[in-house]
Amino acid sequence: MRLTLLALAAGVLLAVPMGVLVTRVRGLEAPVLGLAGVVQTIPALALLAVMVPLLSALGLPGIGVLPAFLGLVLYSLLPILRNTVAGLRGVPDAVIEAARGVGMTERQRLLRVELPLALPVVVAGIRTATAWTVGMATLSTPVGATSLGNYIFAGLQTRNPAAILTGCAAAALLALVLDGLVRTASLGIATRRRRLVAAAALGLVALGAWSAWASPRSAADRGAHRVVRVGGKTFTEQYVLAEILAETARRAGRAAEVVPGLGSTVAFDALVRDEIDVYVDYTGTLWSTVMKGGGPARDRAGLLEEVRRWLRERHGIVLAAALGFENAYCFAVRHETAEASRLGSVSDLARHATTLRLASDYEFFAREEWRAVESAYGIAFAERRTMDPSLLYQAIAARQVDVITAYSSDGRIAALDLVVLQDDKQAIPPYDAVVLVGARRAREDPELLAALGGLEGSIDEARMRSLNRLVDAESRSPRDAALAFLERNAATRP
Amino acid sequence: MIEVTGLVRRYAGSVAVADVSFRVERGEMLALVGDSGSGKTTTLKMINRLIEPDAGRVVIDGRDTRDLEPHALRRSIGYVFQGIGLFPHLTVGENVAVPLRLAGFSPARIRERLAELLALVELDEALLGQRPDELSGGQQQRVGVARALAASPLVMLLDEPFGALDPLTRDRLQGSFGALRRRLGLTAVFVTHDVAEAVVLADRIGVMRAGRLVQLGTPDQLARSPADADVARLIDTPRRQARLVAERLEARP
Repeated sequence: MRLTLLALAAGVLLAVPMGVLVTRVRGLEAPVLGLAGVVQTIPALALLAVMVPLLSALGLPGIGVLPAFLGLVLYSLLPILRNTVAGLRGVPDAVIEAARGVGMTERQRLLRVELPLALPVVVAGIRTATAWTVGMATLSTPVGATSLGNYIFAGLQTRNPAAILTGCAAAALLALVLDGLVRTASLGIATRRRRLVAAAALGLVALGAWSAWASPRSAADRGAHRVVRVGGKTFTEQYVLAEILAETARRAGRAAEVVPGLGSTVAFDALVRDEIDVYVDYTGTLWSTVMKGGGPARDRAGLLEEVRRWLRERHGIVLAAALGFENAYCFAVRHETAEASRLGSVSDLARHATTLRLASDYEFFAREEWRAVESAYGIAFAERRTMDPSLLYQAIAARQVDVITAYSSDGRIAALDLVVLQDDKQAIPPYDAVVLVGARRAREDPELLAALGGLEGSIDEARMRSLNRLVDAESRSPRDAALAFLERNAATRP
Repeated sequence: MIEVTGLVRRYAGSVAVADVSFRVERGEMLALVGDSGSGKTTTLKMINRLIEPDAGRVVIDGRDTRDLEPHALRRSIGYVFQGIGLFPHLTVGENVAVPLRLAGFSPARIRERLAELLALVELDEALLGQRPDELSGGQQQRVGVARALAASPLVMLLDEPFGALDPLTRDRLQGSFGALRRRLGLTAVFVTHDVAEAVVLADRIGVMRAGRLVQLGTPDQLARSPADADVARLIDTPRRQARLVAERLEARP
């Protein structure tokens, strides 16, 4: 919300002068409006996504508030700019001549006549921008900015409709309130009722103050150490693990906050740049996406050591603990499909694939693993679809697809009676869940490193599945699941 | 006193005003008449540089207008616009006060002056807080005249000031403006295509055609010795119309 307010303010402060300039300088209007129009055609999420590598290349923080802020400002420019231009162009020539005729300077004419007359149109543009910005702000969660989108994304990933509705309703309410305030302010200006303008301004200030107060105080360092920023990716297990890491840090006397819902490589890049301090990744994922490893797949222990060494040498990142379970990509089919076609392994699957529809998450088809599977098995499906990971299981249960790439630690494999096909040619690498600590944090905070090291081997596959099930099937919050785990862990390990 | 010498204005190849010269004496009112496109409005606007001349010069009370900033020049000249030209987002009072505020009058002085101005143009002070679109056409043009007079200019320019009004209102406003101008001793140039209006209000009339000043003289001179047949017909128009009107009315049983 603070993000939305700041972005809107910046949008107004940029776009109105731009609009004035464009109407004053001949030949500027077409290129500027054209450019703003092009920005507008970029889908909101894509614009935010583009900000991440762009800012990183400039040496600026690529995740968090900055990319979201810039994306939102860019998006709010067009409606305000376009309406400012239209509003100024719409001032009747006779009125402009009158302003010149009574002896106003250019500046007086603009401030006393043209802008006041253009105001209703400009305000309409600001209101459009308000609605867009509020909507788009909810999409800024994957680039690491906290927003109402956190409720929506977390709700979607952890199957919590109440959280989704909360996020949506709050966003809609915010849009309505902001729109009302902007409208009130403009009405006050137009009818010159100072009290109305003051009331609207007061409302905006109050909203800003409240949002600043209500947001987590991330900057407030407690104790000798910086707040520990715990990253998390976009699926249930990651929400739970992030809470476990955060709580572990807190029990070691640190302040901790969770930055959930990051894209897979966004999280790694953020760790490299110390924008987050710790998160859980998987050896196979690191091997395939950041080490760009080719060649034959390694055994589990070998890969773990290779990853540990590579991270340390290349980025100074410390692999603090291997949690004890794997979350591997695996091919899963419905029980009946397996029966009917006698499917036991991926080799069996390859023989029937041309009649089957496969669905996977956003990244699988772009990863080394898929290329390895394709070349090892020569597999080709009748249809390939990409969808949100949380929807894969629904899709296969509803027979909309026949094969999905499941995650081996997911509780829903058993719940839906899916059959996991054996990777008989070992095209897919092992995926040990590992706790990674950023270079700077590892250097400065050996105590935290030790505390996180205590998690080594503490979560086996069955435990992880049951934690996932708590959230997915029993509607417990990821934090509840994390706390339940830590209680039990403390009890079993003196 | 206004001295206009050799004014020229071209628009994309065609000549709107070609070599126009005339003098308006202090306290005199000159009317420029002619068809649309004859160059009379362009000539008027070149006097306060709403349109910049391509050649020629304008001297007002001994000062070349090119030596002044355009906005400073315009503040010293009252201007009444065709179609009135009030600011729609300002109240009547604020409209009239615009030249006063530009001249840096204090709020107290502005209030005082507003009362004087409204009395001058015979408007009710109760209208001060209203918007222009709540007023009748005649009231609006009185506001326009009050605004033009606000900073006590010695020179007034009027661009078809009464053209948009109904005949009765026009008649009344013409009368009161004529009296006002004489009382204040204003030097004025006004543009009209209504020859009767020119004859009634102006000390002298300039007839324009195709960018040139064809003849300049008192209404009497123009009527007695017109420069050509067209001027003769033009200056005779009101009389001809009056005759026709009289005939029609007398022909009735």
